[in-house]
This record gives sequence, C-alpha cells and structure tokens, in this order.
Amino acid sequence: MASAPVQRSLDRPKRKNPVLRTRLPTLPPAARSRVALGLTAAAALGRFELQQCGECGMVQYPPRESCQSCLSVNLIWKIQKPEGELLAQTVLHHSNDLFFRERLPWRLGLVKLDCGPTVVAHLHEAVEQRVRVRAMLDRAGQAVIAALPSKESSDMADDRQLREFTCDPKQRKVLVTDGKTGLGQALVKALAKAGADIIWVGHSEPWKKFAGFEDLQKLPQVTLLPLDVTDSKNVREAAAEIAGKVDILVNNAEHHRSSGIGNRQGVETARAEMDVNYFGLLRLAQEFGPAMRSRGADGKASAVAWVNLLSIYAHANFPPHGTFSASKAAAHSLAQCLRAEMRPAGVRVVNVFPGPIDDEWNQLLPPPKLAPDTLARGILGALREGVEDVYPGDVAQEWLARWRDNPKALERELSA
Amino acid sequence: MNALAAFAEEFVKGKIRVVDLTQTLSPEFPNISLPPEMGQAWPFRIEEVSRYDERGPAWYWNNFSCGEHTGTHFDAPVHWISGKDLPNNATDSIPPERFIGPAFVLDCSPEAAKDADFLLTRQHILDWEKQHGRISPKSWVLMRTDWSKRHDPVEYQNYDEEGQHTPGPDVDAVQFLVAERDILGFGTESIGTDAGQAYHLRPPYPCHYYMHGAGRYGLQCLTNLDQLPPTGAVVFAAPLKIRNGSGSPLRVLALIHG
Amino acid sequence: MVLAAPVTVPYVRYSIRSAHWWLARAFSAVMKSSNLQKGEIDGLTVSSFTLAPDTAIGLTQHLGLSPRWLDHIPLGGASGVVALRRAARAVQAGDADVVACIAGDTNHVDSFRLTLANFSQFARDAVYPYGAGGPNASFAFLTAYYMQKHGAKREDFGKLCVAQRANALRFACSLFKKSLTMAEYLAARPIAEPLHLFDCVMPCAGAEAFLVLSEERAKKLKLPYARLLGTIERHNAFASDPVQMRAGWALDRDDLYRQAGVGAEDMDFVETYDDYPVISLMQLEDLGFCAKGEGPAFVRKHGFTWDGSFPLNTSGGQLSVGQAGAAGGFLGMVEAIRQLTGQADGRQVKSAKLGLVSGFGMINYDRGLGSGAAILGSSKA
Repeated sequence: MASAPVQRSLDRPKRKNPVLRTRLPTLPPAARSRVALGLTAAAALGRFELQQCGECGMVQYPPRESCQSCLSVNLIWKIQKPEGELLAQTVLHHSNDLFFRERLPWRLGLVKLDCGPTVVAHLHEAVEQRVRVRAMLDRAGQAVIAALPSKESSDMADDRQLREFTCDPKQRKVLVTDGKTGLGQALVKALAKAGADIIWVGHSEPWKKFAGFEDLQKLPQVTLLPLDVTDSKNVREAAAEIAGKVDILVNNAEHHRSSGIGNRQGVETARAEMDVNYFGLLRLAQEFGPAMRSRGADGKASAVAWVNLLSIYAHANFPPHGTFSASKAAAHSLAQCLRAEMRPAGVRVVNVFPGPIDDEWNQLLPPPKLAPDTLARGILGALREGVEDVYPGDVAQEWLARWRDNPKALERELSA
Repeated sequence: MNALAAFAEEFVKGKIRVVDLTQTLSPEFPNISLPPEMGQAWPFRIEEVSRYDERGPAWYWNNFSCGEHTGTHFDAPVHWISGKDLPNNATDSIPPERFIGPAFVLDCSPEAAKDADFLLTRQHILDWEKQHGRISPKSWVLMRTDWSKRHDPVEYQNYDEEGQHTPGPDVDAVQFLVAERDILGFGTESIGTDAGQAYHLRPPYPCHYYMHGAGRYGLQCLTNLDQLPPTGAVVFAAPLKIRNGSGSPLRVLALIHG
Repeated sequence: MVLAAPVTVPYVRYSIRSAHWWLARAFSAVMKSSNLQKGEIDGLTVSSFTLAPDTAIGLTQHLGLSPRWLDHIPLGGASGVVALRRAARAVQAGDADVVACIAGDTNHVDSFRLTLANFSQFARDAVYPYGAGGPNASFAFLTAYYMQKHGAKREDFGKLCVAQRANALRFACSLFKKSLTMAEYLAARPIAEPLHLFDCVMPCAGAEAFLVLSEERAKKLKLPYARLLGTIERHNAFASDPVQMRAGWALDRDDLYRQAGVGAEDMDFVETYDDYPVISLMQLEDLGFCAKGEGPAFVRKHGFTWDGSFPLNTSGGQLSVGQAGAAGGFLGMVEAIRQLTGQADGRQVKSAKLGLVSGFGMINYDRGLGSGAAILGSSKA
C-alpha cells in the first residue's frame, strides 16, 4: 500500500549547483494551544510525556484542560511508556502546507499507544506492527510524535523524514569555536566519528600550545580556523569565509574562572568571562546567524543547529564561581533570544547545561565531574535526537530537578 | 638663527626624516599573556560605532579598548613594585621633557637570529661603545633584534612548554646602564623590555626591576629600528596622560638626518 | 412536522461573494418557492463555516429578519439533520410556525486552507502539524484500517463514486458535468494513500435550504411536503474505539426505525453523508442496511444509481456535486425532500415513499463527532 521508495542508506548530497536559487526555509504548522506546549517542554528535554489524570489515572491525548474520563482538572505531565501498535498508515501525496508540500511524499501513521490514547505520528520507513514513539521537536520547534521501529538499527537516523527533525551531524559541516580545550578536542573527534563532512576548528592565541590539539589536524575533515570570539573583526572575517557553509555551529568557547564577588578584586576577570561567554555569543550570532538562517532548507545538508555550551549554573548561581555563573546566565538569556531569531529558519538552538567539567578550573570541586568525552557524547546525542535543552551528567540532572522543584531552596542550598 | 628655528627649517626642507617606530594597533597584534590565574591585560579590540549608516549617517567612528601595555607602549616607573614610591613616576606626572631623548641603537639582530634567548651583557655594550662611542646620559638605549620582522604571531610570541623565548638584557647590563650610563630608558622590539625567560634571572625581570626602580622608562614592541643609525637619532615617546597611569600605547617617532 | 421548499443555490467552484450573499440567495429562494413573505417565516437556523465573524444573529440584521426563534448550528455535515430536529421541536412546541433551515458557504482561493487552520484545538495541536492540512490523513487511516479489517477494495469505493457521478449528471446544480469510469477512478492520482483524487470532495461555494412547518400549515399553503417520521442524533459516540469504525447511528438506529414504524428494508433511497466513500459504507452498516464489516459485500451486490437496486445519494452526493461547506450537510436532506415530493427531475426514484437521510461531521481530531439521521416519508406514506 505505501509506495514511497525505501531508502537503504544515506546518499551523499551532491555539490550545490550555484546557478540555482537557494530554497528558503518553511516551517510545519507551529500553532499550539498553551496546554499542548506541555508536550513541547518535555520533547525539548528528550522526554515523551503525556498528561495523566491525578484522580483516575487516565492518560490523555490530545492535550486538554480536564480529564476526558472523570473531568478532574488535576492533569499531570508524566513520562509514558513509548510503545504502541500501528493501526493504519498513509502516504501523503498532497498538502496545503508549504513545508510538507516541498517534502512529499510523506508517511504518517495512526498508533494506539500501550498507555491508552490513539495518536497521529510521523512514520519512519522501517516500522512494523509494533512501534516505539518519541516526542520530537519539528522544524518549527514544536513537539510532534514520531513512530519508529521498535528495534534500534545503525542506519535508523538516516530516514529521510527523521532527518528533517533532527540535527544529525552526519554529512554536515560543523564549526567548533574552541578546539583547544579538552571538550573541544573531544567534540571534534566525536563529530568526525559521527560522519561530519567538514569540521572547522576554531582556536585563539595560536602561540599557546595545548596537548592533543596538533593531533586534530591529522583528521581529514578538520580545517583549523583562527577564531577569537572577543575580536569582532576576526569573527566577521571568519564568518565571511565559512558562514555560508556552516550547518551546525557549536559554540564551546568559554572563559571560566573560579571566583565570586568578594574573593577577586576588580572587574577584569568578570569582564573577560562576559566578553567570551556572553559577548562572544553575540558576535558569533550576529556574524554567522544571517547565513545560517538563509540555509535552513538548503537541500539535504542544510543549516540545522546552533549549540551553546552554557552551564547548570545558568539557572542557579554557584557562588564559588559566581561571576562565571552570571556570565552563563546572561548567555542563556541571549541564547533564548537567538532561539527566537533562528526559529523562522528552522535552525534549532541547542542549549547545553553541564555540571562541572573535569578540567583545571573545577579542580577543587569534588566528583562527580563530567569527563570531556562524556560531555561530547551527550552533545552529539542531543543533535542526533533533535533535543534542545540538554542536561548532561548526574550533577546537571540533580540540580535541574532541584531547581524545578523549588528554585529558592536550591538558591539556599548553593549558598550554604 | 636659534637651534629650534634651524631645526624647523631643515625639517621642512626634508633634510631631517621621521622614522615611525610604532606597530599598528590592531586586534591581531600579539598581546602580553600572563599565567591564567592572574589578571590579564586587554588585547586591542575595536568596535564600530557607526559607518555613514543609520547609526550615524555622515560619520565613521569607533570605540576601542586595550590595556596600558598593549601594542607599542611605554612603561612608567610606577608599573613595577620597585618604582612604586618614586616621585613623578606615572604617565601624568613624568616631566614632559623626559619624553624626548637621543637614541643609541644596539644591533643584536645576528645574535637574536641564532638564539631567541640571547641576553645582552655589559661586555656587548662596552664592545659596541668601542665602535660607536660612549652612550650619553638621558638617552634611550634601543636593543635592535629585528624581532618586529616576525609577522607571524606564533613566531613573534615564540612560546614553548617553558614559556616565551625572546631576547633581552641580563641583570648586569641593566645595572650598568642605570648606574654608569644614567640612561632615560630601555627599548625592545619584542613584548617586554626583559627577555622572555627573565623570570628565571635573579632578580626576575631585571630590566623592569632596576630601570623602574631608578625612575627610568621602558619602550616595547618597537619596529623599524633597522632604519635608525647607531647614534644620532632623536626619539619622541610621549605616553597618554592617564591619571596614575602605569604606561600607555603611544606613537614613537625618531628623527634622523637625511 | 413536515419539510417543504427544497432549495439549492447552484454551486460554483470559486466565488468572490461572502457567505452572507449565498445565504441571502438561499433564503429568498425559499421564500419564492413557498410564496411566503419574510414576516411569515418566524424561525431560522443557520449553518456556515465562512459566515464568521457573524453567526445566525448577525444574519438577522443583515437580511432584515425578526424571527422569534433562532439557532446557529455549526455541526458541519450533521447540520442538516440537527437543524431539522431543532426546527421540528420549535414548531412542535409552538415556538415558531415556519422555520427556514439554511446552510451555505462561499469559497475563495484561500477559504479551505483558512477554515482548516482554525478548525479545532485538537486538530491544530495533534493533526495539522503532521502535514495533511485537513481531514485527508485521518480518513486515509480510517479507510486503510477498514480495507485491512473488512477486506474492502478500492473498486468497492469506486463503485459508489462512479454511481454517484452518474446521478450528478442529472442534477443541474452539480459542479461535475463529466462522467466517471471505474478505470478513471482507479487511475486517479493519490492524495493520501489509499485515498485518491475521486475519494475526496471538491470544496466550492453554494447554499441549500428547506422549510420546517406543521403538516396543517403546509396543506393550507398548498406546498408539496415530506413528513418527518423519525430522527436521532448522537455526538462523540464510542469515544474509546481506537479508530472510528462506527458512529452514533449504531447506538440509536433501533430507536429511529421504531419512531418511524418501518425497517431499513423499507427505504426507497438513502442519502448518506459522503465526505469520503468509506463513511458511506460505515453509515450503511451502522444504519442496519448490512452487518458491521459486510459493507464490501453489500456494495458488490447492489447498484447505487437513482435507478439501481439501492438508490444512494441520488443527486450525486458531495463527491460528485461538490462540498459547499456546511451546505454539504444539507445536500442529502434537500434531495430527499425532492425525491419524496416528485421534484427530482431526471433522477426520480420510482414511487419513492420512504427515504433515509444521514448526517455526519466535525472531524475534531481523528474522527467525526457529530452524527444523526432522519427518516422522511412522502405525504402519501
């Protein structure tokens, strides 16, 4: 019945024909009621949640204001078992919606979830009767449900439709703004392993050597790029050179010192933190943003994501690293602004909020600390799944839970 | 005709030339870098305010930021702990006549080419004086190394795991120039009047320590020293009049004959 | 209670007029057909998608009416049956003497898209983000499930479409003037598999209307009429069915036939709501013409043209006349009145005494919520 051709593997995109106009980005329907944004909030974190009645336990879908069984308004968003039965499927050959019109034919399925409701879902090409579902952010940044094969396979992410919603670095071109740090190097290696075509590796102060950095040049995908995010002219020139090709920008440039207010005289350190962590983001966004926005729908390897290395301290100030925390909070707010500006182009702004990374500036913090490799893997995973708010590691997960539960309590706990 | 009038006349006739000893201030120019846990001097950064556009239709201007010790710059005695209590030791209090002085240019470029850690010694100076004459008081001693020809910032900074490797004076040379030649100040082409590895001399950073301790000055990141004669040039080096300033970027000009 | 003055304002694909224009034409046609003055029509129901921002009340001032009974019935394909029920109760209770039930919509190039974009909260949150931009995907699922479960083939649906097209060629107001063969039906381009072009209605502009009044009054006015013998309605039935395979009629059909004192086998024709052919099959099953799941066998057994063994959608149904928005919910009712009053020129079912009209509509999320049916009889029944 379904006649869309089955893709065996991801075909390498051809070189772009410079004679043709670049297709402009369109978005799937973005309107949602406020209550439906509960699905989006969970999908942003990579969770599949539906409302469940606090009185009678019935799981609800579509999202609503009162229980469809007992009328209680005590509906709580809870993680649900993401499995179900594929009842029927269709292939759209016609759509009034510009986004889908440009991407026909498009597969959809009707799934009866084990937890109760029947849902309309985007359908992976390799599904069978039993499916796994996932709440994903679509190109408009809104949650949609995708039905995937119940068994994970190595090329599952290559599904044409799935790639429309994820930010998979495979066959894409990536800029890592600071390749010198442990995390930067781990990111570059992980991106190469994930199949990125080109990895530009930004680095500043070239006279300062760091172990392992030279090794990066041996990777065939890597091109070193002088990049100092405190230098507007440098950022502009780097963008002039490569912004028209960057599909994913990973801004991991960071200035981190371990001081609060009273234990460091003068504003110089805090200024430097702001200049890299906040103004650096602003400069990059101004210079790289326009080109990336124009390429949100540029063929198979389009501009898809902007990753910001923030910190769990962005939500709640960690006083021993107080000025650093403040700079990350500033960067977070600006990243939300960037997210709104990138949204019309379908470019996802991914904010990463790790707890302490196992590096020199966190030397005095007790474990658990995040190894750069682990953090890099977490970021790659977020790109592959299309998640936009990432809390990697135990500390980040715990602080997130505490902050959501009672932010004032966390503030007190951190100032103990 | 008095000397000044004669100078003016010769100058206008082109008989006296100006050599610009200053590096261009730009974000690319290498900046001094201290160990990460210390306070850092700002590199030169410049942000456009408007450029004949909606931010300012008929004009172009910028805001810039940098440290007092960014680019070609002047060190005042207050910059170092040994000079902190001397009178008239800041950029706004140094008597202005100290901003003009004859220059003695010591060509150490062959030695520096062979050894990045070359240290100028008293003997080197005495040998130079045998050829060019005695260094006069209240003058600049400029150590030419052709370091300014290293246009690649990596080569200019010249770091390895032990730190920076750039030429400079040794302890004895500095003490000699202060005590026995009463010079105005010491100038180099690299970042720092002291050698890159001067931390390991005793005392560390002897040029800063003894020059500023004696109320003398420093000039760094000079260029075009190869255009100056060994003697006879007159250098103008006036820092910005920053209140209690420890130094500033400045335009260093040399006047030479013909 | 009886129904009279069946009116169709001929459909056009696109109209620059507003819904008010179409509804005004329907109302004045009903006046002309019944020879009644404005003031003598003292009740009004209005059904329309494109009348916004106005509703029935705005229309009263627009048209210069002063009814003493008014209802706005936004139930899409179920509007005809429900309007009849409301109007009949009003006349029965004495709240109105003569009620005009009117439905109409305009169609601009962007009407369909705009109507769908704001159709319902559930559709906006849980269907449109998936790209169908309308009910096509939901009914594709339904059709696929039905085919899988009950062995229906595309030819079964095609048979209904081909027959209805033959019926439509005899209806002057229909948009479609060309016949349709099974080969053309099968070869048509896919829309949302397994739905192809001729499984989907064509949105257009148009209007339909009829009067509801007492039999006594109709006789006094010498109006040909059809009698209302029984009706049912039900909304959001079988909500826990994972896929819609049945709707309200299955719950209430026995009551319908009991009210009318007849059985399914007594019907001379049936007008189903046919936004997609599979829904016609569902109605035939739920209304007792065959058992659940026996739809395909039923279709293969019968002929559905006006002169066939089972006359169905004798003016062509929406699939062959066009869907003029809410007027689609009236199309079957108006045609039934014509059949029962001998006014169905060129497609008159012989000796038509009893007819069943079914309504279905409002795809809020994944299924039609509204359903209803009415059994009408000729004045001689």
